[in-house]
Amino acid sequence: MDAVLALADGTAWEGKSLGATGTATGELVFTTGMTGYQEVLTDPSFAGQVVVFTYPLIGNTGINDDDFESDSVQPTSLIAREVCRTPSNWRSKASLPDYMKAKGVVGIEGLDTRAVTLRIREGGAVMCAVSTEGRDAAVEAARTAVPYVETDFVAQVTTKGPYGWGVSGIEDVTEPEGPAILRLVVLDCGLKRHSLKRFAALGVRSVVLPAGSSAEEVLSWKPDGVMLSSGPGDPDRLEAVVATAQGLLGRVPVFGICLGSQVLARAVGGRTFKLKFGHRGSNHPVKDLTNGTVAVTSQNHGFAIEPGSLDGSPAQVTQVNVNDGTVEGLAIPSERAFGVQYHPEAAPGPWDSRKYFAEFVEIMKKGQTR
Amino acid sequence: MKILVIGSGPIVIGQAAEFDYAGTQACRALREEGCEVVLINSNPATIMTDPETADAVYIEPLTVDFCERVIAKERPEGLLATLGGQTGLNLASQLAAAGVFEKYGVRLLGTKLESIQMAEDRELFRALMREIGEPVPESWIVESESDLEALLDTVPYPCIVRPAYTLGGTGGGVAYDREALWEIGRKGLKLSMRSQLMVERSLLGWKEVEYEVMRDSAGTCITVCNMENLDPMGVHTGDSIVVAPSQTLTDIEYHMLRTASLKIIRALGIEGGCNVQLAVNPDSFDYYIIEVNPRVSRSSALASKATGYPIARVAAKIALGMRLDEIPNSITGTTKASFEPSLDYCVVKIPRWPFDKFVSGDRTLGTQMKATGEVMAIDRTFEGALVKAVAGLEVRNKDLDDLGYRKATEEELAEFVRVPTDGRLWALAEALRRGWTIAEVNRLSKVDPWFLEKIKGAVQSPPPNPIAYKMVDTCAGEFDSRTPYYYATCEAESDMVADPS
Repeated sequence: MDAVLALADGTAWEGKSLGATGTATGELVFTTGMTGYQEVLTDPSFAGQVVVFTYPLIGNTGINDDDFESDSVQPTSLIAREVCRTPSNWRSKASLPDYMKAKGVVGIEGLDTRAVTLRIREGGAVMCAVSTEGRDAAVEAARTAVPYVETDFVAQVTTKGPYGWGVSGIEDVTEPEGPAILRLVVLDCGLKRHSLKRFAALGVRSVVLPAGSSAEEVLSWKPDGVMLSSGPGDPDRLEAVVATAQGLLGRVPVFGICLGSQVLARAVGGRTFKLKFGHRGSNHPVKDLTNGTVAVTSQNHGFAIEPGSLDGSPAQVTQVNVNDGTVEGLAIPSERAFGVQYHPEAAPGPWDSRKYFAEFVEIMKKGQTR
Repeated sequence: MKILVIGSGPIVIGQAAEFDYAGTQACRALREEGCEVVLINSNPATIMTDPETADAVYIEPLTVDFCERVIAKERPEGLLATLGGQTGLNLASQLAAAGVFEKYGVRLLGTKLESIQMAEDRELFRALMREIGEPVPESWIVESESDLEALLDTVPYPCIVRPAYTLGGTGGGVAYDREALWEIGRKGLKLSMRSQLMVERSLLGWKEVEYEVMRDSAGTCITVCNMENLDPMGVHTGDSIVVAPSQTLTDIEYHMLRTASLKIIRALGIEGGCNVQLAVNPDSFDYYIIEVNPRVSRSSALASKATGYPIARVAAKIALGMRLDEIPNSITGTTKASFEPSLDYCVVKIPRWPFDKFVSGDRTLGTQMKATGEVMAIDRTFEGALVKAVAGLEVRNKDLDDLGYRKATEEELAEFVRVPTDGRLWALAEALRRGWTIAEVNRLSKVDPWFLEKIKGAVQSPPPNPIAYKMVDTCAGEFDSRTPYYYATCEAESDMVADPS
């Protein structure tokens, strides 16, 4: 079946349908990671977006039972040059197209994804539609789609109620399976499971709470530390989460990842801005200004912290992107808080920055009162 | 600063012109940084010995004696040996042992000799791997015929024999029984520069994956590229069809192996480029470290061409003490060398064997490299790259159809599919054309089903002719790039031609 990718200005690329039928709209973005489509597909930070994979051969290793970052498909649609129907990997349980069909996700393949990527690079991330219902319907859908920044995606993807995560995975929040060394509360703005897995590997039990929880609700769990998770959308919309962060700073150690680091910046008076087309991929070099070393990081963000906006605040910029100099890390030493703009939990991407989980655990241990 | 560069010497089987390519790039990179380059090479038929590549060129034998004479006359401050392949490294070790560096106050640039020794001496390397917790296959060191004799009844067969300090694995092989081990082992002892060889547990049938990694003196490490061999373990990587990037690894597997490779380059303290070869169990997360080349190699030349990332150029600048985040990426002009390349195409390398000239040569492929060249093709599809590479080989077959295999009986064909030779790709294609199942061809050849599906696809419907040009830009289109390096492909749109300014 034919499918089409269309922009509001009438630009359209034709290809073959992939997955379910229908029309999907979203912000058109590209990711340059060559592996990890299953993780991308289930990362809540992609909510409301249509993802183009720049690597042309997607789906080679199928879909397995372990590499999901959440329970749902998060981007509204997928775009690939070619998708594999006969995957080969020892853990593979289903092909990507079959999985998409089962989940009702619309996609398109067989189009010139490099041309689409260059269009995004030149014109910035814009709203688009992927449709099996013809070019006119697709263009119309792209034109009438609600702009990305006008939707509160965090409210859509956050957990409905509290749950726990221990060494053996998800567990009843009131009945932890085993004794853990430390207790972490995670404010779920669009959490990736690998963040919980990394903490669990260090003996930390997490309690995951809805993003809208107040500082008092968070502290009622008597946490040794709080993580502000990664997630989708414009941090400008997250006044309640920022207020919660303000209520936590100084009372408990705080670690922010991606959107969480932007919330941290805003909590001390910083501002954020929208990047032209964001950073999405597994190859972004980040320089640690405290020791001069460079790490290759996994990134997925469309907004960034305005560096000058932190002047005069207790926060300092600790890491920058080697490519474009944007803020990649900040620390508020007086409040035992720090954040990174990239994804130390990887999945997908390099494992070079896993040490931050251990560093936060050390900070938590120092302040432990129980 | 005056720097002596040791060239690649003669081009022999097992070593190719890639060392000339790397050495030339390095000489240019050093001069770009204001260094005066003195080159010594025994082979005048190279690009690097062109008068404009270096400030002074000595065409002399690559021996301690001649090298010392050049050092005495030129009095260079530094010496760069990691870009001339094994020849340069061996010569640098010999010069150090003879006390030449101390006598003339020459500093070895880039990777330290101790690091090179640690990577190349089997025992030191295995001890280091044990220390950092990276798995190496069980193995036994043999330094005499009596060692070898004692081993005949204790090792698991088949086993692999690898002589130490030889080019392209000369003298190595797979021993299926004690008679073969005795024969190959004795020959290997004679060929090894230090009469040392390693007998190793066979990992035949496992996936073979390589990572090209870089490290600077500040400790920053990156991966330039990873590559997956279509031929599973058992065939020398120089004789394997190689694909970049890997195709059958999930993100976790890719990064597990990447992390291991970076851990190794850190532990060795390499300053420059390094190649790590790993064997990966196709049915689990198990892997073994097979080999590390602590220098620019044939694989790094391929990785350079495959990604656009100039490994030798960057390695030369690292040797001068520059850091990856300071060295500009000359392809994009906007990013730095600390940015890992991302590919938006697929690369296929096919070795070129000389059996059309050596008609009576044994065409079976094993751990000793037999290819004398290679063809690399880039396309947006695997089928496209494969078919282009085949067409570029300039062998009897211009496509995947071979008359010889067409005439083979089912039994004969099964043998051609099972035993790796220079013609196996065509044997696989013939078996799939005859309708053999992917599972059956995989059982015989151990070639991953993903590759077999693709070969089958290329046989059933040959890929369309290229109609557009796309750029190799190291960044999958994320940044505007300046270097005019293009490949042809069947796509709707061509990239804009780069503005030469």
